[in-house]
Amino acid sequence: MFDEMHGLDASCRPAYAVVEDWLSRTPPDFLARKEREAEALFRKIGITFAVYTEGGDPERLIPFDIIPRVLDAGEWALLASGLEQRVKALNRFVQDMYHGREIIRAGTVPERLVEGNPCFERKMVGVEVPAGVYTHIAGIDMVRTGPDEFYVLEDNCRTPSGVSYMLENREVMMRLFPDLFARQAIQPVSHYPEELLATLQSVAPPNCPGDPVVALLTPGFYNSAYYEHSFLADEMGVELVEGQDLVVQNGVVMMRTTEGPKRVDVIYRRIDDAFLDPLAFNPDSALGVPGLFDAYCKGNVTLANAVGSGICDDKAIYTYVPDMVRFYLGETPILNNVPTWRCAEADDLAYVLDHMAELVIKAVHGSGGYGMLVGPHASKAEIQEFRAKLQAKPHDYIAQPTLALSTCPTFVANGVAPRHVDLRPFVLLGGDAVRIAPGGLTRVALKEGSLVVNSSQGGGTKDTWVLAPTAQAASQSQSQSQVTRQTVGEG
Amino acid sequence: MLSRTASNLFWLARSVERMDYVARLLDVARHMSVLASPNSLNEWHSALIAAGCETPFFELHERSDEAAVLHFLIRDRRNPSSIMSCLVQARNNARAVRAALTLDVWEAINGAYLEAREFDEETFSSDNFSTFVDWAKRQALLFNGAYTNTLLRTENFNFLRLGTFLERADNTARILDVKYHVLLPSFEQVGGSLDYYQWAAILRSVSARRSYHALYKGRVVPWQVVEMLILRPEMPRSLRACYEQVLENLDTLAQRHGGRAGEAHRLAGEMHARLRYSRIDDIFQRGLHEFLTDTIDRTVVIGGEIQKFYLG
Repeated sequence: MFDEMHGLDASCRPAYAVVEDWLSRTPPDFLARKEREAEALFRKIGITFAVYTEGGDPERLIPFDIIPRVLDAGEWALLASGLEQRVKALNRFVQDMYHGREIIRAGTVPERLVEGNPCFERKMVGVEVPAGVYTHIAGIDMVRTGPDEFYVLEDNCRTPSGVSYMLENREVMMRLFPDLFARQAIQPVSHYPEELLATLQSVAPPNCPGDPVVALLTPGFYNSAYYEHSFLADEMGVELVEGQDLVVQNGVVMMRTTEGPKRVDVIYRRIDDAFLDPLAFNPDSALGVPGLFDAYCKGNVTLANAVGSGICDDKAIYTYVPDMVRFYLGETPILNNVPTWRCAEADDLAYVLDHMAELVIKAVHGSGGYGMLVGPHASKAEIQEFRAKLQAKPHDYIAQPTLALSTCPTFVANGVAPRHVDLRPFVLLGGDAVRIAPGGLTRVALKEGSLVVNSSQGGGTKDTWVLAPTAQAASQSQSQSQVTRQTVGEG
Repeated sequence: MLSRTASNLFWLARSVERMDYVARLLDVARHMSVLASPNSLNEWHSALIAAGCETPFFELHERSDEAAVLHFLIRDRRNPSSIMSCLVQARNNARAVRAALTLDVWEAINGAYLEAREFDEETFSSDNFSTFVDWAKRQALLFNGAYTNTLLRTENFNFLRLGTFLERADNTARILDVKYHVLLPSFEQVGGSLDYYQWAAILRSVSARRSYHALYKGRVVPWQVVEMLILRPEMPRSLRACYEQVLENLDTLAQRHGGRAGEAHRLAGEMHARLRYSRIDDIFQRGLHEFLTDTIDRTVVIGGEIQKFYLG
């Protein structure tokens, strides 16, 4: 099993040298004190994550682990280029689905995956979106199983959340352990809100009269991610609006202010398609704005992410992303998918049914860790129950091997122990550039042996460090690229 | 700023002010009940009237006895003006505009809410009545102090101020009117010792006994108490002082918005001028109750106009 700090044996990987040295000198009671300080800081900041199904305290804190997860500059450079490639391909795919569907006509992706997808929005067919951007903000969930083995677990293009934790985790770590930051150069993440704003401004609608006015649309403070909405709006310096704050007049979206109505050009919306506009979608939605979709189609307002971009989140479509990279970009995929069985295909289904106890089986439309079976951790009864669901609707499921997710040293009740982690980097796709904050959100399964990192199921988070390139590494990579050029020249 | 944010701030301040008022009102009622005059309306009934809660109360209860009124005005969540309802409302407003508040303001209101969640039957028992009333008043002081001391002087502040002072104007008018309801006009009693204690109780409820003696030498006489609470600019709860604040904040908003002002502004200006140039003798001559009722009505209209112009 691969450990982020120790690798495959008990040695220390170079990126963790400072962290290991720090841990070896730090007594557990000091860590315990720092952990309490961290919790107090988070309470003060007000970061909470309400979990819908649990009832109880709706302002529960998501646990934070004070031992960072570290990536070196080389690892990150590879991930970043892979993420950029992947998100570009996903964006092209969404655009294609609402236009010529070339990838379907080429026989690469089956049409039923799109037609049968609840996130596919027929009303978007033929609609042009500013700069052709659909997936402005994407959260790509990744796992690691070895020194060079990174896999994408799923793509989140609907309304990925968690970026506020990435930012606040760093803030808290810098307050708790300034020395650790002084001992090595760690790439900053605090400019993310500015980059998000730049991304949103880069996709102003064609009819925008001047400097684009941006607003963040939230379902309101009962939403579990409300803190994040208010945090991001605050950091970007834009208004945090609810549906009731917006009104469409003559096809233009206006927000109600104390100075009268004011035009809005770009909306970073954190509510789902179905609730955006009761006239176009779910007529019972009280969260949305009547006429919003019409204003969108007329080019008077931009919605980020675009309506209908959630088709990417489908786990059956996920299996085709490497094909998309080849098809749209003509490139070799840099990031790997986890090998996946498509239960819609007879051979795959037969295999999955025979190996349920070994596999992780996921509903293709599910998210947040709900509607999935972790074979090795499931009881016989649970497997039987799931088997019935799977056989009834095989199209709705995919299966993957149970990966040996990497572990990272984590501070738990009985000291420092390895716990499984994943990584959700956030990718911003604008009309002008792709922007990625170095790192992302590391989620950690706090229960010993558990592989489920979702905050809705008791996972926690860690600060994620990407080390700055050292002078030596920088010159190495430069000389390498020179070598590559020479080789090309000679060929 | 967003109308909804302004609305939440306005109602946050109003709810806290109303919580404070209901606590003070109950305190007066308690004092007066000890001194009740046989001809008067039941003082608990008059507290309901002064809280504007008469109709909803009698939809649920037949008799306005002490226990029922205390329960209804302190913790009945069906009554939106009960102290606990006001607190929950204020906290919801605050939570919805968390980012517009300083940590001190949030902690003042959230702290009160968290403490109130721990309250039990004992907290509301007759023996603990004074402790509870003091607690409620202290929470309002804490909130008002927190926002006055820590909030930036932006629109946020103006809308909180408008909420505080419009509600306070309304409350001052109403608490003076309790006296009218308690003591149906019976001339013999004006100036009598019962009368004295009742006016003194009103002063006490607005923490102004000492202030009265600073402004007026000598004993407590009704027209001076009324003058102090309606016309004196030095008295921070007087109608005049409240309207000075309402007008000042509406002026500031108009300046911020390039001169944009509405009907609320004109009405508040008119009201302020009236308070500034009125004489207490004239108010008594035309009828104190009529004057107070008219003030309450106008304050409601101004609140409605603010709602329409800024918050809708």
